[in-house]
Amino acid sequence: MTEIKVDYTLDAKGMACPMPIVKTKKEIDKIEPGQVLLVEATDPGSKADMKAWASRGGHQYLGTEEDGDVLKHYIRRASEEESSEETSFDNKTDNEGLKSKLNQDGVTVVDVRESAEYAFGHIPQAKSIPLGELESRLDEINKEDEIYVVCRTGNRSDLAAQLLHEKGYTNVTNVVPGMSEWDGEIEGK
Amino acid sequence: MSVKTITVEEVAKKLVNQEYLFLLDVRNEDAYEDWKIESDSFTQMNKPYFDLMDGIEPIKDQIPTDKQVAVVCAKGGSSQYVAEELDEAGFDNIYSVEGGMKAWSEHLEPVKLADLKGQGELYQFVRLGKGCLSYMVISDGEAAVIDATRMTDQYINFAKEKGVEIKHAFDTHLHADHISGGRQIAKDTGATYWLPPKDAEEVEFAYQPLEDGNDVKVGSSKIDVQAIYSPGHTIGSTSFIVDDQYLMTGDILFIESIGRPDLAGKADDWVGDLRETLYKRYKALSDDLIVLPAHYSFKEELNEDGSVQEKLGVLFEKNDGLQVEDEEEFRKMVTENLPPQPNDHQKIRHTNMGKETPDLEQQREMETGPNRCAVR
Repeated sequence: MTEIKVDYTLDAKGMACPMPIVKTKKEIDKIEPGQVLLVEATDPGSKADMKAWASRGGHQYLGTEEDGDVLKHYIRRASEEESSEETSFDNKTDNEGLKSKLNQDGVTVVDVRESAEYAFGHIPQAKSIPLGELESRLDEINKEDEIYVVCRTGNRSDLAAQLLHEKGYTNVTNVVPGMSEWDGEIEGK
Repeated sequence: MSVKTITVEEVAKKLVNQEYLFLLDVRNEDAYEDWKIESDSFTQMNKPYFDLMDGIEPIKDQIPTDKQVAVVCAKGGSSQYVAEELDEAGFDNIYSVEGGMKAWSEHLEPVKLADLKGQGELYQFVRLGKGCLSYMVISDGEAAVIDATRMTDQYINFAKEKGVEIKHAFDTHLHADHISGGRQIAKDTGATYWLPPKDAEEVEFAYQPLEDGNDVKVGSSKIDVQAIYSPGHTIGSTSFIVDDQYLMTGDILFIESIGRPDLAGKADDWVGDLRETLYKRYKALSDDLIVLPAHYSFKEELNEDGSVQEKLGVLFEKNDGLQVEDEEEFRKMVTENLPPQPNDHQKIRHTNMGKETPDLEQQREMETGPNRCAVR
């Protein structure tokens, strides 16, 4: 497993409840919507609290990784644009549409969520290229392929699909809604 | 600024005496639903501390100003945080529960059940936070402890206060829901540690095998602890009759429910034994025996004096688990729709076998949560 990329790291090791959550709350207010915060804590109670707290604030609790005594919690700050249901890229399919395409030759699935989101659960065939890195990593995507772009709700993948289209990819489909309602095979921590 | 505190001993006294207390539990909702302090005389409220980090506005109007309010959390940190906020908002009746649910889980409330022959006494140690019941039989300067919890100091100190020497520590079975203190007590006091051999096949320490018909005297031959083989919850489960009056049933028979046979993964094998024990072996005993179980699960099982006890005859009339005539129906009841298994039951069994030696903090984590040994 490659290292999960995060935007910020908060050291809450050795802190007892409630401090890990108090600090996390302060920290998350400082970062940009959509960015990922890693909280390193040692309080075993922090996992359940982190999860419950995050969902309260609309933040996305991605998961927790155990590293010896250290619990690594990954949280993605809530991002307003993702809650909008509008997508503008015309060529769309639903999750079922993508399922029928998996394992076909010449099909590439690109997951444009953050690497931490990908790490805690993704479609096995999907390749991870976070939206922010897409433009600089175009050489990893074959222009001849049928490309399906997936994210959590269909918004980031909408932007990614538009970008790919502009860059000359002709066979691009946005998967809506994407991982938030994915019930097919999944792989991850 | 320091907040006022209340100890778990004080909370326990209020619970046993059925006094009023407003209890604000600030753990997350899942933790609260799973396991909490329960009392009919308390008013309960759950609001996670992380909903109160921007202030106490969400609950301000619901907190009484004229009654004592105890704030509780997992370990005492978050309750202090919330109590401080309430203090700052002008409340002067707020107390943080020292040590939180962790301390609550470790508190034992000794309740005197009876005087026994020859100036003997019988005590029940009620672990209010987990529903574990353990016992001390005292007679003539000697004591026996039955189904001791890992808070061994509390028994040892109690014996000291009574001026008696602990001679025997019994476990009715290999526990899966809590860590036994029997072996530790034996080590610290020189007492004999008794364990049913059929439950002890994998244990990695020396013990005295406890078998059907064993008759152990506590205090110069005055009180008998008579062992009766009564499998079902485990294959080795053994009951005791103390002083011809008290039947200690371990995890076989509770007041409102019966034991579950599945904690070692042997539900189908042991269900027949459980039925045999409950419907034949116990049936053959005197109805006047007073049943003293190793657990209680429901606050209704606590009597007004804080004890948990009932006559065997009454249980044969009222306990649902003893009313099932049909064997197949009985099998279904104890093997299907079981509540979730206790947290970490496998690790607890291994600890009680001496195969694992977790440190104190790990032991606490393993025992966190409610007891779930019963079916009804």
